[in-house]
Amino acid sequence: MTTDAHRATTEAITSVVAAERTGMVASLIRLTGDWDLAEDCFQDAVEKALVHWPHEGLPRSPASWLTTAARNRALDVLRRRQTERAKLQQRAIMDEMGPGGARQTDLYSDDRLRLIFTCCHPALSIDGRVALTLKTVTGLSTAEIARAFLVSEPAMSQRLLRTKRKISNAAIPYRVPPDELLAERTSGVLAVLYLIFNEGYGQHEDHLAVEALRLARLLVDLMPGEDEARGLLALVTFQMSRRSTRFDAHGDLVPMEEQDRRCWDAALIEEGHWQLRRAVSSGRPPGPYRLQAQIAACHAAAAAAEATAWGTIVTLYDALLAAQPSPVIALNRAIAVGFRDGYEAGLAALDTLDAKALAGYYLLPAARADFLRRLGRTDKARRAYLAALHLAPIGQPEQRLLQRRLTEL
Amino acid sequence: MKYMMFVVVDPDAAAEAEPSEDDLTIEQWLADVDGRGKRITGDALRPVSDATTVRVSRGQVLVTDGPFTESKEWIVGFDILECDNLDEAIAIAARHPQANGGKLELRPFWTDED
Repeated sequence: MTTDAHRATTEAITSVVAAERTGMVASLIRLTGDWDLAEDCFQDAVEKALVHWPHEGLPRSPASWLTTAARNRALDVLRRRQTERAKLQQRAIMDEMGPGGARQTDLYSDDRLRLIFTCCHPALSIDGRVALTLKTVTGLSTAEIARAFLVSEPAMSQRLLRTKRKISNAAIPYRVPPDELLAERTSGVLAVLYLIFNEGYGQHEDHLAVEALRLARLLVDLMPGEDEARGLLALVTFQMSRRSTRFDAHGDLVPMEEQDRRCWDAALIEEGHWQLRRAVSSGRPPGPYRLQAQIAACHAAAAAAEATAWGTIVTLYDALLAAQPSPVIALNRAIAVGFRDGYEAGLAALDTLDAKALAGYYLLPAARADFLRRLGRTDKARRAYLAALHLAPIGQPEQRLLQRRLTEL
Repeated sequence: MKYMMFVVVDPDAAAEAEPSEDDLTIEQWLADVDGRGKRITGDALRPVSDATTVRVSRGQVLVTDGPFTESKEWIVGFDILECDNLDEAIAIAARHPQANGGKLELRPFWTDED
């Protein structure tokens, strides 16, 4: 066998695994109720493929080959267990493998949704939801997830184990929620995806943000009628379009008005606008993700920072505040007012905010410092920057940006 | 799946509770849950001032007055539910009169595997 042919087989395996992994694992979980068994059997099937395919050539349907291998492996393991439960699990697998078994692809999209909703069940801890979604839906390794959340691999492994145990011990159902729960549970799923995105987006190494983008695309594929899923996807694509310009060569944050807009990813921006148009065309009133995406779209559409449609942005923040009252959104609205009506007006808007609710939040003094700097009130600006620096996350890019501003005064 | 549902009173939450027209009375809640055969048993418990805590240390039975833990929240009742899954138990708990102003804790029974 030539090296080229070998490489081609390896690439084929990689691509079939990327396309099929989630659905295959999800369907094995449905059939057996055993999360570890499902992941192990899929892994085992991939290893078998790596041994057989280079010699025997690619099977006609690599996906069916992998499914059959994973299910046969599951049957072997279950036969050895010799319990009543294992017998039921075997029967469930065999029923689906036999002639007249359900069509695979349809089942897979249902199974992937079941998996997503179960991973994001509100009875699981939020850390557990995030970790389990990354592990089973996106297929990150425990070590990769541990690194992303700065915990040790054994600690992450424990977290995953506890989460899977709770699903089984508390009988969290493996299903797409029924209609009366669907809206509430869907917004729970969106919250987990956005949390994963933000966890990654704040960092120079934005591995998790890339996974969140993938997850958001998958969710839109699986729930095409869900406006807020499109809203979230649009929001994530607009933000990701700026990823190459958000940090400079030293890993320091570059504020949006200083970013080189020619380097923003036009394809991602186009995807964002397209998803937004689809969401708007539903005719339903916008939810919080769509409104945030529309704000991001205003920035994406501006050819230069000075050309930003601040008036529209303020209106969108008003709608967002009505849909989802929050002191942080009110702060962002006040900042937008400052760019629409002038920095004095911005300072006045900041003064009307609920200072108690924002106490300890560095972006309030940082916003004040920014307006004072633009107005040339250096002394007051310096004091505000010092207050912001005091509250900013230590050693993080946000803190270094404030430090730079202070030095530049 | 069997769940123990603890009915918990929380004075802080009770102060903030806003009664709603959808709230069931305990009689309505019992009629619904018993009517669907979802409740095995349940009862109200006397206040913690009537509680007795027992433990054994070096062969000595130690008996103290009061609950095992000092807390502003206390268990005022329990129900044992038989549900298809956690979502069903959550829906039943959410309709309990104490859900608004108090809280419910759902604990699955320790059933052996298989």
